[in-house]
Amino acid sequence: MKVFSEEGKTMKKITLEVNGKKVSKEVADHTVLSVFLREVLNLTGTHVGCDTSQCGACVVHADGKSIKSCTALAADLDGSKVTTIEGLVSNGKMHPMQEAFKKLHGLQCGFCTPGMVMSAIDLLKHKKNPSDKEIRDWLEGNICRCTGYQNIVAAVKEAATKM
Amino acid sequence: MASLVGSRVERKEDKKLLTGRGKYTADVTFAHQTYAYFVRSPHARAQIKNVDISKASKASGVVAVLTGKDIANDKIGGLIAGWRIKSEDGSDMKVPAHPPLASESVNYVGDHVAVVIAESLDEARNAAELVKVDYKVLKAVVKTDEAMKSDSIYKDIPKNLCFDWLLGDRAKVKEAFDSADKIIKVDLINNRLVPNAMEPRAANADYNPSTEEITLYTTSQNPHLARIIISAFNAVAPENKLRVIAPDVGGGFGSKIYPYAEEVVCSWASKKIERPVKWVADRTESFLSDCHGRDHVTHAELAVKNDGTFLGFKNETIANIGAYASVFATVTPTYLFGPCATGVYKMPAAYSNVKAVFTNTAPVDAYRGAGRPEATYTIEVLVEKAARELGMDPAEIRMKNFPTEFPFQQTLVHSVDSGDYNAGLKKAMEVADYKGFEKRKKDSEANGKIRGIGFCTYFEACGIAPSAVVMSLGCGIGLWESAEVRFNPTGNVTVFTGSHSHGQGHDTTFAQIAADQLGVPLENIEISHGDTDKGPFGYGTYGSRSLTVGGTAIVKACDKIIAKGKKVAAKMLEVNESDVEFKDGEFIVAKSNQKKTIGEVAFACYLPGTYGEVKSPLPEGEEPGLKETSFFDPGNFSFPAGSHICEVEIDPDTGTTEVAKYTAIDDFGTIINPLIVEGQVHGGLAQGIGQALYENCHYDDSGQLVTASYMDYTMPRADNFPEFNLGFTCTPATSNPLGTKGCGEAGAIASPPAVMNAVMNAIGTDISMPATAEKVWNACQKMKKSNSKAA
Repeated sequence: MKVFSEEGKTMKKITLEVNGKKVSKEVADHTVLSVFLREVLNLTGTHVGCDTSQCGACVVHADGKSIKSCTALAADLDGSKVTTIEGLVSNGKMHPMQEAFKKLHGLQCGFCTPGMVMSAIDLLKHKKNPSDKEIRDWLEGNICRCTGYQNIVAAVKEAATKM
Repeated sequence: MASLVGSRVERKEDKKLLTGRGKYTADVTFAHQTYAYFVRSPHARAQIKNVDISKASKASGVVAVLTGKDIANDKIGGLIAGWRIKSEDGSDMKVPAHPPLASESVNYVGDHVAVVIAESLDEARNAAELVKVDYKVLKAVVKTDEAMKSDSIYKDIPKNLCFDWLLGDRAKVKEAFDSADKIIKVDLINNRLVPNAMEPRAANADYNPSTEEITLYTTSQNPHLARIIISAFNAVAPENKLRVIAPDVGGGFGSKIYPYAEEVVCSWASKKIERPVKWVADRTESFLSDCHGRDHVTHAELAVKNDGTFLGFKNETIANIGAYASVFATVTPTYLFGPCATGVYKMPAAYSNVKAVFTNTAPVDAYRGAGRPEATYTIEVLVEKAARELGMDPAEIRMKNFPTEFPFQQTLVHSVDSGDYNAGLKKAMEVADYKGFEKRKKDSEANGKIRGIGFCTYFEACGIAPSAVVMSLGCGIGLWESAEVRFNPTGNVTVFTGSHSHGQGHDTTFAQIAADQLGVPLENIEISHGDTDKGPFGYGTYGSRSLTVGGTAIVKACDKIIAKGKKVAAKMLEVNESDVEFKDGEFIVAKSNQKKTIGEVAFACYLPGTYGEVKSPLPEGEEPGLKETSFFDPGNFSFPAGSHICEVEIDPDTGTTEVAKYTAIDDFGTIINPLIVEGQVHGGLAQGIGQALYENCHYDDSGQLVTASYMDYTMPRADNFPEFNLGFTCTPATSNPLGTKGCGEAGAIASPPAVMNAVMNAIGTDISMPATAEKVWNACQKMKKSNSKAA
């Protein structure tokens, strides 16, 4: 599928590992990671909610760190390991963070959820048992319009006891 | 079997959404897909002198460039206003034509001029820059309170006035005011907001030339309504040749109730080029072209006796409806606003007068609460001010004026079926530890902070339906809801609903209802919605209506299933139908151990005869199959109510306002799933607190939208809120068998006045929404100066 123009653009072949699988594709130099994931790899679990790196719906992990995939160039990630929301399920079991969001109703429409979950997992890598304030501060870069954040905070705390 | 209604059941829809397996409109891509990019007006008001597409048409990858002339030539109809309002003088409202692509004039920044369709989005976007539009720029009308004094935007709409509407009795109000001890007055601005569902609007239309059918995927709260409008009014395709699918939808909050120009254009264009056409808004396009919310300028007065008894209420409001009248734009500031503006109180005389004005801004339509947040803000700020001026406790003045007998005939329209407002307020005061406020205030002072407390007691009219009522008030459609309950031969169940879930959790709540009614395990029930080719016509989700109207339709359809099941079971068990009782999924013969499960009965209905082991002849005259449909049209609206108490802590040195404590006690009648209901309240509160403290949609004097991205429009973030304290009281609704009242909008209705009353209590002066740090700091500075003068 082609959503970016190839005409007159430099194409670069990149190789990266996405959700544990090696992929090699040609990309235009201006292709951002969110477009690469969604349109080239059909991994539509990563969402795009704004164009200014504000909403965080597009957060994925690159080499273990959370990044906003709408503002990372795919070409810059050549050689890295990317994990998206689709890559969290292992042997049919959801990640403890996903389980906690389900248990505590940490999502409603689900659009911000993939980015929220990816960002929250990264928080727990930095801080094992974060306080409410630490969770709210960390998630400041992820906007949710549905939940008022209360159950998201509760879910992150719950996940912290399971991870 | 334990009842599932009332249980905190985890959501059935969550796993797909949590694992990236949801399917939103932007995720849908067809073979031979093309991509649309809209050429939008950069001016708030201009005449279009010429549109030159010659260069754009020849650009790389371009499939078609279509303009307003093309759409007019194809006789595609304009966008509609769905609710006809009459002015006080009896004249009809005035609305301008609203073509999906403009050909003569543009009337707000973002108005649609042309669409470029190309093989890739990049190519469409690049070519759009080559479309040359020659504009004659005109002076824009921007401000709500100046619109009537400005140039007329449309030559046949003098003073930019859509209507001048009155509800209530001016003479009676005058009498009440003449007899009052005191008149309390407020001038309020209900700030304009952008709904900002996290999923930007999108459409993907796929025309099949051999069947002549269009399949339109769209971000809609209401796919059936989209289909009937695009078919009957825009004349893009007959209804039977238009399938509208609203798959997973990432929030709506009112902004996705009705179709926009983009859906019409993509559907029409797909038919023209015989290829699928996909459009996905970027966030700035969403800011520019999604319908906005609120935007009222209000003067209101309350006539009171010295003992705090309310005598009368006046409400003079100018409502900005933007450049065109959108589908629910005219009912939002009238029937959804005016009646509720007298609040939850006995009010012997009242009127609401609303002048709706056109301006060169994006259309304004329903946004979470739609009219009721504006109404509640008006009366609740006024009541709190009355308490201050009369030296009364804010709770005392409210309780003095609460109705205590139900049904309560509210002043302007509604007959409120049930409620216990005293119980709610008392509980809120307890949970909020109202008695401890003075101590907390002193503690804040000791830390150099100012603490304030604010109340809001509200009622609202929702469960938007009674077709007979809404149609008599000008609504162009009925507002009942449908359900089809379909047993599959093997005993599991699919329930089709005409409402739509985009975060509300119907897959779970509706399944809980059906599970209880039919005695079928939750996991054996699927809820299907969002596709006009599946299930019956319905009216979608908004106005906190899905459960009270759509949920009841499910109950009614289940009743029909059980009624038929009894007949079939009686035949199978060779007893009289009157001896068969249905309980927990079993048809039981009274005083015996004979029974058939509903699964066995369903199976029999699909195998109506005798064949080896299978012995299931149907009663004479019974049709095979087990599937029932119900259309429920309630006799009344539903009336949730509640009491919210907010405490804020202000830093006078920075003006920063922190919500320190928030208590919400709501009466939603019967609660089906507390987990989901609490989530709805949390979300509503966040939007209401957002309106009070952070959010503001701002156009400059030339009509440019200054707040057109998340860099400029303050979306509330996780660190803006405390943990909310929620509680419930329950007086079941009498207008539906479930006793439910609706919970989706309450948080956004009640919280702006609760927060603002707390801010004003803290700083001792009136202040407008949003109470930004700058405004609050300035107020604190003034307060300091006047305090030092007084000293």
